[in-house]
Amino acid sequence: MTEHLVLRVISKLLIPPILLFALYVQMHGDYGPGGGFQAGVIFAAGLVLYGLVFGTAAVRAVAPPRLLVVIACLGVLLYAGVGVASMIGGGAFLEYGALSADATHGNHVGIIIIEIGVGIAVAAVMTIIFSVLAEWR
Amino acid sequence: MEALTHANYWAAIVLAMIGLYAVIAPSNLIKKLIGLGMFQSAIFLVYITAGKVEGGTAPIIDAAYGVYSNPLPHVLILTAIVVAVSTLAVGLALTVAIKRDYGTVEEDEIDEQDRR
Amino acid sequence: MIATHLPVLQVAVPLIAAPVCVLLRRGNYAWAFTTVVCWGLLAIAALLLDQVMSGGTISYRLGGWVPPIGIEYRLDGVNAFVLLILAGTAALMMPYARETVEREVRPGRQHLFYAIFLLALTGLLGITATGDVFNIYVFLEISSLASYVLIAQGQRRRALTASYQYLIVGTIGASLILIGVGFLYAKTGTLNIADLAVRVPALGETPAVLAAFAFITVGVLIKLALFPFHVWLPNAYAYAPSMVSAFLAATATKVGAYMLLRFVFTVFGIHFAFETLPLTEILLALSLIAVLAGSLVAVFQTDLKRLLAFSSVGQIGYLGVGIGLASVTGVTGALVHVFNHALMKGGLFLAAGAIACRLGATDLSALHGLGRRMPFTMAAVVIGGLGLVGVPITAGFVSKWYLVQAAFEEGLWPVALFVLAGSLIALAYVGRVIEAAYFRAAPPDAEPVREAPWAMQLSTWAMIAGSIYFGLHTDLTVGIAERAAAALLGGAP
Repeated sequence: MTEHLVLRVISKLLIPPILLFALYVQMHGDYGPGGGFQAGVIFAAGLVLYGLVFGTAAVRAVAPPRLLVVIACLGVLLYAGVGVASMIGGGAFLEYGALSADATHGNHVGIIIIEIGVGIAVAAVMTIIFSVLAEWR
Repeated sequence: MEALTHANYWAAIVLAMIGLYAVIAPSNLIKKLIGLGMFQSAIFLVYITAGKVEGGTAPIIDAAYGVYSNPLPHVLILTAIVVAVSTLAVGLALTVAIKRDYGTVEEDEIDEQDRR
Repeated sequence: MIATHLPVLQVAVPLIAAPVCVLLRRGNYAWAFTTVVCWGLLAIAALLLDQVMSGGTISYRLGGWVPPIGIEYRLDGVNAFVLLILAGTAALMMPYARETVEREVRPGRQHLFYAIFLLALTGLLGITATGDVFNIYVFLEISSLASYVLIAQGQRRRALTASYQYLIVGTIGASLILIGVGFLYAKTGTLNIADLAVRVPALGETPAVLAAFAFITVGVLIKLALFPFHVWLPNAYAYAPSMVSAFLAATATKVGAYMLLRFVFTVFGIHFAFETLPLTEILLALSLIAVLAGSLVAVFQTDLKRLLAFSSVGQIGYLGVGIGLASVTGVTGALVHVFNHALMKGGLFLAAGAIACRLGATDLSALHGLGRRMPFTMAAVVIGGLGLVGVPITAGFVSKWYLVQAAFEEGLWPVALFVLAGSLIALAYVGRVIEAAYFRAAPPDAEPVREAPWAMQLSTWAMIAGSIYFGLHTDLTVGIAERAAAALLGGAP
């Protein structure tokens, strides 16, 4: 689709707000509607749009598959790491309150870290699914 | 009138049956996956409908509202949607691999090749 | 301190280990890491079983939330026993895994194979450990999705269609469970199993509970692969990589049996399922057809792995018989059979994989003269096969003894006859394998065959020796199973 001028221009206009909106949804997930799943999917949608218009090779240049795999794994480990950290802090698995001396503060920190873990894992996995299926010959 | 108050449930039943039919009837593997998606969406609709509280608003705490819909079914279905997406991804990946190895995504043609 | 966290570690450790395996990038490193993890899980499972046996039911609050609002991991005699079976199978199969994965999985993908194996294990352990019905659905899908991917790694292209078929049937089964859980939640407002066990019987025979029961039972039977829902099983087991066939045959259907026990006995209650509804008649009818039909079809198979897969369909029937009888002896028999069949069928599929590794095929015609050419592997097949028949001193005898006894206790002697008939048919299919391997001479132009690698034999013989050991020493398995069955039927969750 690289030869369609209108598509190229419009998607170049759209992609930055999409990515920015993903970050907004990500960072408001702890006290408003939003969170890691939604943010990750929106972020991936930006990359998928980029891939549809400019070709999967362009996505590969921005986000190499090997890097995406590492990011996806780190996302899961970040999530599980919060669980382990709260156990070390004296609480149950994923009891965020144990992350800090003040339980409310601990809850806040725990949820933000977990949402970041979910967000990067979902964004990476969705992009991997798109590029693997699109490039398979 | 009784039937109309349960419109969502009727829609879910119709959707589930269409989905199930689309899983069983066509021989095209992609169409089967589409049917599977419809079947799962029907279940999501049941959950979301059951979570609605009469007169309730979106479950975001605000001083102006007193009644909220039950957010738990939403969270459950968010998880179920992720599962459905993963299932679809695995199913599509399998279909692509089948197309590569058999040269077709039609079930009857695949069966024919397996019988040979 | 760590002892209090064991229930969650049982599930979280393999979940954390899976992405680590992906990051390790080398098949060998991933194998070594997975081996350590699996033996660690076995240790955790053994400690948990010990805690449950000495101290009673364990409850773990996930995230510190108090049940029934929060998610709870609840371990009693039944699921601690199943956890031990799952972790034990995985640990015993790890020496085998390295040899077969190196041969059967593409070099760049071996570390991913172990990662997905760990995810499948996470799902199975999670279903068993959790005390929350929606969690069961989520873990069920984790294990199922991982199994579809594992099955698709088979070397022949039919593995792909087998996996696709399993994906369609399995997803419909899991979705039916999801609908049933939705009805239960809409009616009771809780997802906690212990809480449901109190509230569901109080509701009585309302349409929503009946519908939930129907959806959940059918969904679980699909996952259990009880006749007539077994269609996905033979192809999936026959074309999967050796390691995967053995692991799934030993674990996946066992977790299905556990789910059936948990939903029917704990959530809905024995009174509702067996007195209000005719579950005994339905389960017994389906199970006996499964025993006869599965075993009969196995007799006419020409491929060892397909033969074993159809034999699994028959053996699952025995589990259904024990659960359907709904007596302490019957459920004890089913639980003991879960354990014994995991050992026997796991060992047999491992041996079949060892044969495939040396011969490149598992056709019965390729087995001619193999009794001399691969004596140890074939001896394992014979002993495991005799266990399937239920010959005394093998583990299979113990479980069938309890099932027959349970049938007589209920005065259902035709059921006992059917169980015995199933054993005779099993003798026929095991006999065909023995005939091919010992009483047919190898073709004169056959290439010389070496015995299977020692690591593969180690795993195979560990499982088979276990099936003999637990045939002679029944105190451990029967003792635990009897207590667990009594707890299930007593109604106390």
